[in-house]
This record gives sequence, C-alpha cells and structure tokens, in this order.
Amino acid sequence: MSGAGNAVALRSGAIARAAIYAVLIVFAVYYLLPLFVMLVNSVKPLDEIRSGNMLALPEVFTFTPWVQAWSEAQIGVEPTGLSPYFVNSLVMVVPAVLISTFLGALNGYVLTKWQFRGHRIIFGLMLFSCFIPFQIVLIPMARILGLLGIAGTTWGLVMVHVVYGLGFTTLFFRNYYDAFPSELVRAATIDGAGFFRIFQRILLPSSGPIIVVTVIWQFTNVWNDFLFGASFADFDSQPMTVALNNLVSSSTGVKEYNVHFAGAILAALPTLIVYIVSGRYFVRGLMAGAVKG
Amino acid sequence: MPMRLRNQIQDLLPRLVLSPSFVLILIFVYGFIVFTGYLSFTDSRMLPSFDLVGFTNYFKLFGLRHWSTALGNLAIFGILYIVICTVIGLGLAILLDQKIRGEGVLRPVFLYPMALSFIVTGTAWKWFLDPGIGLEHVMHLWGWESFEFRWIKDRDMAIYTIVIAAVWQSSGFVMAMFLAGLRGIDNEILKAAQIDGASAWRLYRRIVIPMLRPAFLSAFVVLAHLAIKAYDLVIALTNGGPGRATELPATFMYSYTFTRNQMGVGASSAVIMLIMIASIIIPYLYSELREKRT
Amino acid sequence: MNRFALKLSTSLVALGLLAGGLAGGPAAAAQDVEVLHWWTSGGEAAALNVLKEDLEGKGVGWQDMPVAGGGGEQAMTVLRARVTAGNAPTAVQMLGFDIQDWAQEGALADLNALAASENWDKVVPAALQRFAKHEGKWISAPVNVHSTNWVWANKKIFDELEIAQPTSWDELVAALTKIKAAGYTAVAHGGQAWQDATIFDAVVMSVGGPELYKAAFVDLDPKALGGAEMKEAFDRMATLRGFVDDNFSGRDWNLASAMVIEGKAGVQFMGDWAKGEFLKAGLQPDQDFLCFRFPGTQGTVTFNSDQFAMFSVGDDRRDAQVKLASSIMAPSFQSAFNVVKGSVPARTDVSDADFDACGKKGMKELAAASDSGKLFGSMAHGHAAPASVKNAIYDVVTAHFNGEYDAATAAEELINAVEAAQ
Repeated sequence: MSGAGNAVALRSGAIARAAIYAVLIVFAVYYLLPLFVMLVNSVKPLDEIRSGNMLALPEVFTFTPWVQAWSEAQIGVEPTGLSPYFVNSLVMVVPAVLISTFLGALNGYVLTKWQFRGHRIIFGLMLFSCFIPFQIVLIPMARILGLLGIAGTTWGLVMVHVVYGLGFTTLFFRNYYDAFPSELVRAATIDGAGFFRIFQRILLPSSGPIIVVTVIWQFTNVWNDFLFGASFADFDSQPMTVALNNLVSSSTGVKEYNVHFAGAILAALPTLIVYIVSGRYFVRGLMAGAVKG
Repeated sequence: MPMRLRNQIQDLLPRLVLSPSFVLILIFVYGFIVFTGYLSFTDSRMLPSFDLVGFTNYFKLFGLRHWSTALGNLAIFGILYIVICTVIGLGLAILLDQKIRGEGVLRPVFLYPMALSFIVTGTAWKWFLDPGIGLEHVMHLWGWESFEFRWIKDRDMAIYTIVIAAVWQSSGFVMAMFLAGLRGIDNEILKAAQIDGASAWRLYRRIVIPMLRPAFLSAFVVLAHLAIKAYDLVIALTNGGPGRATELPATFMYSYTFTRNQMGVGASSAVIMLIMIASIIIPYLYSELREKRT
Repeated sequence: MNRFALKLSTSLVALGLLAGGLAGGPAAAAQDVEVLHWWTSGGEAAALNVLKEDLEGKGVGWQDMPVAGGGGEQAMTVLRARVTAGNAPTAVQMLGFDIQDWAQEGALADLNALAASENWDKVVPAALQRFAKHEGKWISAPVNVHSTNWVWANKKIFDELEIAQPTSWDELVAALTKIKAAGYTAVAHGGQAWQDATIFDAVVMSVGGPELYKAAFVDLDPKALGGAEMKEAFDRMATLRGFVDDNFSGRDWNLASAMVIEGKAGVQFMGDWAKGEFLKAGLQPDQDFLCFRFPGTQGTVTFNSDQFAMFSVGDDRRDAQVKLASSIMAPSFQSAFNVVKGSVPARTDVSDADFDACGKKGMKELAAASDSGKLFGSMAHGHAAPASVKNAIYDVVTAHFNGEYDAATAAEELINAVEAAQ
C-alpha cells in the first residue's frame, strides 16, 4: 500500500506535519481506549477493579479471568465457559461466508458480463435487501425454517446468513467486475469458452482483492450476529455471541467484570485477527471495487 | 452492452445461475415485507393473526408519545452520526494520505472497531461513560475533582453518548472508504493542478473532494442504513434509558413486536421504517443504476 | 497452514452436508428435556443444577438452553421463533400472564393427570393456580413465590442513626431524610423500568390499599388510573426520587443491593431475590440487615412466581416432560431451590426448617395474606395485567420518575397508555 500513496501531499512545513501527527495520534487514542480498558481490566483481580482506577495498569496480574471465560464460567447450568460456543460459531461462519461469497461472485459475473433485459431492476431489488431491518423477518423465517425441517440447526442459521448476505456480496462483486475489461470476456467467447470456463479462468484469478473485502465483511457480520443466533439456534448450535450475552448479562449475582471483559475479547478475537491481518488488502479491495458505487 | 450468444443453453445459463439467489431474495425479503405489511393491518398480538382491523395500528402508533420520542431520537442520532462519521472519516483519510510514517499501524487502529460486535462495544462504552467507575471517576482520582461527565445518566444528553459510541465504531470504516477513493484518484490530474499553482486547500476543495463523490455516496448509504437499523448498541449501552429517552424506531419495533405482545403495532412501525429506508435508498439506487451505461 | 486445512475441510464437509439435503433436524432424544430459561448466574444456575441432577438420576437428560437478559425478554423472543418453527422446547421458564397467553394459543401441554395424582390443587395457593391453570387444565409447574414489596435495610446505619423500622409513609420519609442528612445515599435504586415499577407497586398499595391496587392494575379502571390517589402515588414517587443518588440510571438491581450491603446506602426496595445477595456477602438477617414490608403495605403481599410452562411436545418426549414436572413439584426440590434463590416454595406444605429468619417471615406472611385475600400479583412483574399493559405502565412510571412530566400529567398519561395497550 505504501507505494500507492498519493504523490501530491499538502505542501507543509514541519509544524503542520507535527500537527497532522498529533491529530492522528489523538484519534488513535480515542479508538484504542475502549480496547485498552477491556484488556487491562481483564487481567486484574475483581477487588482491584471494584476499588480502583479502570485506566490504571494492574497491580496484581492474573490470567484467571481468561481461563474462566474460556473454559470454566457458568453458561446456563453447565460450567463450560465459552469454548464449545466458539466451535459452534466457527462451524456456522465458515460455510455461510463461503457460500454467500461464491453466490455473490456468480451473481456479479452475470450482472456485468452476461447482462439481459431487466438486469438493473434485479440488481436493484437485490441491493435493497441489504437495508431491511432484520427484526421483521424473525417470525416468518422461523416458520419457513420449521417447514424445511432445519429449525434450530446450524444449517438453518447458515441459510439465514447466506440469504441476508447476498445483497452485499452481489454488490461488491458486481462493482468489481463492472470495471473488468469486457473485451477479454468477448475474446474468450469467440475462442469457444463457455460461461463457467470464462468465470473460472479469466475472472476468478483476478478477483483476489474483492474476495478479501467480501470475506471480511461477511465474516464480521455473521460472527457478530446476535439476533439470528439467539432466535434460530438450538441448545447445541448457539453461537458465541449468545453465550457471551449469557455470560455478561446474567440476571443476578456478582458481576465478574474481569471475566466479562476477557470473554468479550475472546468473542471478538477472530474478527480482530481477520481485520488486522488482512486490513491492508481491505483498503485495496475497497479501492478496486466497493466504493465505485 | 450485452453479449450475444448463439447457443440457446448458453443463453439461458446466466439467468439460471442468478435465479436461485433471486428467488431466495424474493421470498425472504420481499415476501416477508408483504407479510409484515399485512400484519400491520391485523389485530396480531403474541403470534401472527389474520383478522384485519384497518388502520387501527397506525392510529395507535402515531398516538404514542413513545413513538414520537423514537422518531425524534432517530433524527438527532441519524444526522449527527452520518455527519460526524463522514467528517472524521474524510479528515483522517486525507491526513493519512500525506505520506504518513506508521500508516500501516494507524490504519488497523482506526479500522478495528468495525470488527467488534455491538454487544462488546456497548458494554465497553457503558463502563467507560459511567460516572461512578468510568471517565469521571478516573479524573477525580487523578485530582481533577470538578470534572463532570454524566451524559449517559442525563435524559437530555444520553442520546449523544450513543452517537459517541456509534461514531467510534463506524468512522474508521468510512475512513477506509475515503482512503480507497483518494488512492484511486489519478495523480496526473493533481500534479497538473499543483503546477498551476492551486493551493492545497483549493486543490482538495475543487478537485479531490468532488472526485470522491462515489465514496461519499457509498458512505452515506452504509451509514444511513446502520443508523436506521441501530438496535444492539442502544440495548447494550442504555437499554433505551434513562426512562425511555434513548428509544429508537428499531428498539421500539422490537419491544412492541416481541415483549409487549402488540405485534400489530410493531408491524406498523416496521412498515414506517421500511418507508423511511426506501425513501433514502431508492433515489440512490435509481441514480446509480441509471447513469451507468456499460 | 494446519488451521487453514482444518477450516477448509470443515467447510467442505459442511458444503457436502448442505448439498446432501440439509440432513438432520434438532436432535432432542426421547428421554431428554430441553429447558429454555434465563437463570444464568451462579446461584440460580446452582439451584437449577439440583433439578438437573435429580432428573439424571431418573434417566432423563437435561439439554440446557439459556438465553439471558432483560428479565427474560430475549428468551420470550426466542420462544416465539421456536414455537413458530414447530420446535418448542419441553419446558420454559415463564412469568404470570405470559403463561396464560401461551395457553390461549393452545401451545401448552395438559398436566392434569400428574396434578391429580400428586394433589397439586390442594397444595398450591389459589393465587398461583390463577396462572398455572388454564380452563381447568394444569399447564405449568410453579417453582417459587417471590414477594416484591420488601424493604432491605442496612442495620448498622439504622442503629447508628437510631431509626426504628418505619411502619407508615411519613415515618419512611422521616427515616430517609435522616439517612440522607447523615451523608449516606438514602435509597439504593437502579433506574431500569422494571425496578421503578417495582417501587410503584408498593407505593400504590401504600396510598390506596388493595382496593386501589386492584382497581388500577387488575381491573384497569380509568377512574383509578387517573384519580387523585394515583396522582398522590406519583407525588410519592417524586419524593422517593429525591432520595436516590445521581448515578442511579441503568444500574443493575444487584449493584444497588451491594450499596446497602457495603453500608453506602440505607435501604433498597426490592423483591426477595435481593436476599440472595446479602447472604452471599456473608450478612445475617436481623443482625446485619433488616427485612420488612414497604411501610403502609403490612399484611398485604404482592408476588410473582417463576413457573415452568410445559409445551405440547410429541408423545415420545411426553414421558420425560411429566418426570420434569413431577420433580419440580417435589417438596425436596422446592425447599432446596428456594433456600438458594431467596424466594419461598410454591407449595404451602413445605417445611420452613431450612429457611432463614427472613424466609420464615416471608412464608408466614404469604400464607396469612393468601388466607385473608390480600395476596396480589405484582403489576411490575407481569402478574396483574398482560405484557402490553404492563409495559405501557412502565413507560409512564419510568418517564415520570426520570422527570419527564409531573404527577398530574403522569396520571393522565397512565389512562391513555393503558387504553392504547388493550
């Protein structure tokens, strides 16, 4: 990314540059503060949190809250910690992300390179689906999941997430493929290549950046979803967010803030890692497609 | 321009490929919207019922003080959230685009809040803003006894704490969109303008920002729909309180549909929300899809 | 790399299964019960564990479906989705009118055979049967009775300031004024709608006695809802508001209890589940803390009752469901659970031997109130009016308590809100 930096910078003196850095650092502090609060307090004993300063570094350092949140904390009647739910989430997220990304890529391909009458309307209808408030779908969706016999299963959840992810994944791929030279596709057709062959040989290999954007977007949304997870999961398929909610908003008892914070960080860890590891590709991918309206 | 194809199967194949997705969306989005619209005219309470009662639910809805609060809050929250996120996002993107050392570190720092779920964000901010244990308490411990920051406890100010937390979560993402837009601008144009002696301010105002129009639009759409759908954050941060001061249409709809057993009223509020969303999104879709001729 | 390979294979397997016809519905085996509840904290979960182990001893497996948050609001949403999908849990923790509403929808099972053989009609108070039975059929198994018009006070503060237990509204105000003047927070309170409403229950009872309470919250009579007595009740709420600290908004009830426990605050108005917090902190009733009825409501009890509503399930799961209901109603479980939970048993024939002073007092007062017809369902906890009305009253009470409008407006609003909710 560094190489792609804008060649035209504000012409500025040392003072202005210092000011720029100062502003950026102030914002960095603003963004980091809540994470810092969670991290610092997740390694303090409970007494120290109650009596002390939430911004202070721990006087006594302990990993117990993390161990508790992961494998010992009471979630319902079982002292299992968050670990089994972590697995539930993973088993749900991976297929949901892969399927919706794959379908989005195909849709984007059709909508840009194999246009037919009414393709704009269809795209418009699909895009509008990104914006419906999810609360309205709960009851009818439950009915349909029941009719399909997949209520309360991971597959039911996967289907729900695929359906409501399609709008965004199609948008991303459509905008990306829109900028892809149609001449290449045309040339390939003349050479006798078919629909899938062109997709596989010509478009997919250059789709890296937009796949990254789509996967990040979908992974984050599906992993962080609470509403669907809580409503459509069964006792053996509840995702991490539901378990975290059970941990954090337990209706009575002593609030173990340190365990809550450790749990919150654990729940956020996969998405954090995805963002940090692939963040640089994210901007590149957005550049390549998503923001080109 | 669409491709012409000889083979008939080949001709149908694209539509066949697209159709499963389209059918899913048709049923699970538009079918459900119609269903919700129908429910809004029924006397549904705990579970859907199909006895029509006309516009009763809408009259009830607009007679509720609670609903006007929610709409008023959405106006405050929506406008502030969109404007502040855009300003911060654009500002940070421009600053970060000045060949900054350490961009690789700063970018993920700005971006990471988007990775967190609202439950996590809400819990952390609730703590931080609580005068008893959060910022105010810390300032007192550090000797600044007169420091006061208790917006989250204040009926008139609590909605602004939701803005603070929501801006924190999304502004980095907006920054990334603008940064991507900036990086996509052809350098030659900028160089030429610079040689012509345009000042930095003029350069940005006259050339760069107008060229970011697509990024502005994308940011607006993403932010507007997040604002209208805002639910989890409110629940985690204030749960609609103090009193009912931070109720938003999404929380209103949820509570009427699921906890108050007034599904009809909940459905009518959902219909109003859908109309609001449509009035923002459809003009955008229309302009976007019209002018693009490939 | 390994991780990646693992992920890849997981997802391939997943894809394969999906392609293979979306196999496998929910797998609740015949001899299992699936229980939806929101008791996720240490003490409550420990109490449920008693039930779980009891059932396992009878060869019935326990499948746990906890959904915490908001006094069960989240759990009720989940339940709706589950029932709509035709995938109802075996039993669901539930309160008051919700049970009747579900029975109205025809979603609940008939427990009459079991109830007859175990004689439930005799041992469960009529006020509870009002919720546990629908059209002559037993549909749920009550676990406990909480009474909600309690005051929990820090004895050290009361002794230090030489305050006697107040028995009338005026004495209460005098006591609170004294506590406040001494530099303590007089009333430990959490500003959440249901907590505001819990106090409102008691205040209304103290102003107009059972007549007003019943007319306003059970019969929903507009004259009572907007009358002079109701305005007086709102005025009293405003007075109490003056005794609460600045930081009360949004505070959880157990953190408010902690303020009394730690000697920072004088009293808390809360149901008897608060006792669990005091006991857990190692405090003794009558020695370290006091429990007495909200001044002006002595002799009357407002209650809520946690029950497990039994849903209609297939014949294959019916046997396990009956065993679950029977275990819940067993006197040994009722005693063991309620000692931990702070409440009193839902059966009147359970020995009070294992209960502490406050628990014994609670059991005695409950029985007396039940006999004299002064036992009322708590409005704040969904035992006086259905959920829609309850929440409409919440809106007004909490808006007034937070200073949005004055007592006269609040009384007017109450009429409108209740009417709109019906």
